[in-house]
Amino acid sequence: MSASTETIERFTQKGYEAGFVTDVEEDRVPPGLNEDVIRQISAKKNEPEWMLEWRLKAYRNWLTMREPDWQYVHYDPIDFQAISYYAAPKRDEDRPESLDDIDPEIKATYDKLGIPLHEQEQLAGVSNVAVDAVFDSVSVATSYKEKLAEQGIIFCSMSEAVQNHPELVHKYLGTVIPYNDNYFAGLNSAVFTDGSFVYIPKGVRCPMELSTYFRINAANTGQFERTLIIAEDSSYVSYLEGCTAPMRDENQLHAAVVELVALDDAEIKYSTVQNWYPGDKEGKGGVYNFVTKRGLCAGDNSKISWTQVETGSAITWKYPSVVMRGDNSVGEFYSVAVTRLRQQADTGTKMTHIGKNTKSTIVSKGISAQEGEQVYRGLVRITPTAENARNYSQCDSMLMGSECGAHTFPYLDVNNSTAQLEHEATTSKIGEDQILYCTSRGISPEDAVSLIVNGFCKEVFRELPMEFAVEAQKLLEVTLEDSVG
Amino acid sequence: MALLEIRNLHVNVEGTEILKGVDLTIDTGKVHAIMGPNGGGKSTLAKALVGDEAYEITEGEVLYDGKDLLEMDPEERAREGVFLGFQYPVEIPGVSNTYFLKAAVNAMRKHRGEGEIDAMEFLELVRERAKRVKLDESLLQRPVNEGFSGGEKKRNEIFHMSVLEPKLGILDETDSGLDIDALRIVSEGVNAMRDGERSFMVITHYQRLLEHIVPDVVHVLVNGRIVKTGGKELAQELEDKGYEGFDEAAA
Repeated sequence: MSASTETIERFTQKGYEAGFVTDVEEDRVPPGLNEDVIRQISAKKNEPEWMLEWRLKAYRNWLTMREPDWQYVHYDPIDFQAISYYAAPKRDEDRPESLDDIDPEIKATYDKLGIPLHEQEQLAGVSNVAVDAVFDSVSVATSYKEKLAEQGIIFCSMSEAVQNHPELVHKYLGTVIPYNDNYFAGLNSAVFTDGSFVYIPKGVRCPMELSTYFRINAANTGQFERTLIIAEDSSYVSYLEGCTAPMRDENQLHAAVVELVALDDAEIKYSTVQNWYPGDKEGKGGVYNFVTKRGLCAGDNSKISWTQVETGSAITWKYPSVVMRGDNSVGEFYSVAVTRLRQQADTGTKMTHIGKNTKSTIVSKGISAQEGEQVYRGLVRITPTAENARNYSQCDSMLMGSECGAHTFPYLDVNNSTAQLEHEATTSKIGEDQILYCTSRGISPEDAVSLIVNGFCKEVFRELPMEFAVEAQKLLEVTLEDSVG
Repeated sequence: MALLEIRNLHVNVEGTEILKGVDLTIDTGKVHAIMGPNGGGKSTLAKALVGDEAYEITEGEVLYDGKDLLEMDPEERAREGVFLGFQYPVEIPGVSNTYFLKAAVNAMRKHRGEGEIDAMEFLELVRERAKRVKLDESLLQRPVNEGFSGGEKKRNEIFHMSVLEPKLGILDETDSGLDIDALRIVSEGVNAMRDGERSFMVITHYQRLLEHIVPDVVHVLVNGRIVKTGGKELAQELEDKGYEGFDEAAA
């Protein structure tokens, strides 16, 4: 093995920094899945009858579905009866009334992760971000709520939304991703526990970034959060989710659903920085990230943009998608995905053009290192009604070392001859000649790799909100570098 | 005083011996030209000196400024003042030329125990040096070498050198692919850096570069060995007679 191959190996063997476990008392439902469990979850959350009925309908349908096996990932069958479907930090009160009521342990956890829950810090002008934090199955804190409410913006946990805004939840839940959409979305519909809910009224431009941090803490738990964002006519919102989990030997299932609805002239920008525990170098442990994310450009001139930086999870399997139903609507997907250790990712997007003059952009950057395996799978579908649809797709893969893999499966389904599609794809190996070029100018090999990787990902990073772009860049650096050298 | 002393250097590339015992000394402030036919080992010598690990040193030693150069990592060599202008500069997509150079300048300053360069000071420096080699200012913000023409890449190498101000500049066939105007500009850039303190190793196949960068010493490298050393007139002699006679001398 050459010295610079060794350097690359060393960079990619960085430990997982978010891998600690927080010791909090839990209220959890015993492992197992049946209608009673679903009734229990619904009862714990004091849900209305229609909600429970929807869950049960989803569950009964799910029982008839088969776990998909077409994706390019390998894992032992999941024992759905061994999972606990509800785990919540135990509290004396039903729910914390304010940020001061949060269990100090949980607060400390989020502090450790660098997530500011303290509004005073934010008000001091450090960052302009409202945060909802989801710990295992429940949302533990939502900051800035009052300030947002002044403009009619609703930003709360899904559980609260079901209680306080049932008409909105009832109207939109499952309209983008129905209960029978796919196996894992079906499971989520039956057992989802919490998540974030965002509603931006007509004509309102959300004045700050909205953010949710998800953390799986409890062992043998699944996390099934469900997020719903509705942007009314001519509104705008930028939303970010961050995810971490402790290091555990067993796998944790994360089957979330995210639905976005953009009405006329509305824009939703959804960014993800995902750093779930990837498992160890033998492939033991780590999160199964089986997530369904879809946005519906329901109105004319609406726009939905997904930006994601994914460095974690043992297995990632997701395709944040946009359905462009409104005329002149726009769908975007910008992604950086890193697979190292024995991580596997089958990820990409689906762009469905229905309205006239709809436009989509796909920029996917995959980085594989060590024994990481990565697939880009993308579908661009132009339906017969989509006059003058346009798509631009760019899929670039970077390989670090010789034991990793990158595969690209772009699918096209074009049913209107006025469509214009462009596709570009490259695969590059992080070159020893590139590293030598940098080192021969005095730059350390560590900085060289980080420079080259960041350059490769630049088109995606610049789509992220400013403060998160810095965070994403740092995350990539700690993922791919060894600071000790 | 000798800045670089190469003694009996043997180098293998993929198991084949390319350099078969090179002896060469470059004094401070001198310009040495290395000439020779293709495959004679000129580029191998350059790559071995900057520490490209594909080039395996099997025998010999190299002293740079009295220190064992072969013991140093490539970045250490650079920070100690060794610069290679590559024959084929690579592209680094997404990394702006200025950003890259700033990282290089700061790495070297750190090595000297200095703080990071002031942003304005740096900007002035790069603008002034870009002007010196007539590098289009738009190339400063473009990703390193990406979409540069062959000539722009070579000029960019000289530009990097003039910003980094090495003690020893090794130029590997910087003239190849340059038209006569570009050749003149590149040569002027190099000549502007000749100050009696800085040394150069100019590797070239053709004599024409040496009309612009006039060397103090010319070496002929054939079949892995220096077969002849002389003054600048040796270059003209090679131009007239070719390398053929030297091949036999080496064999």
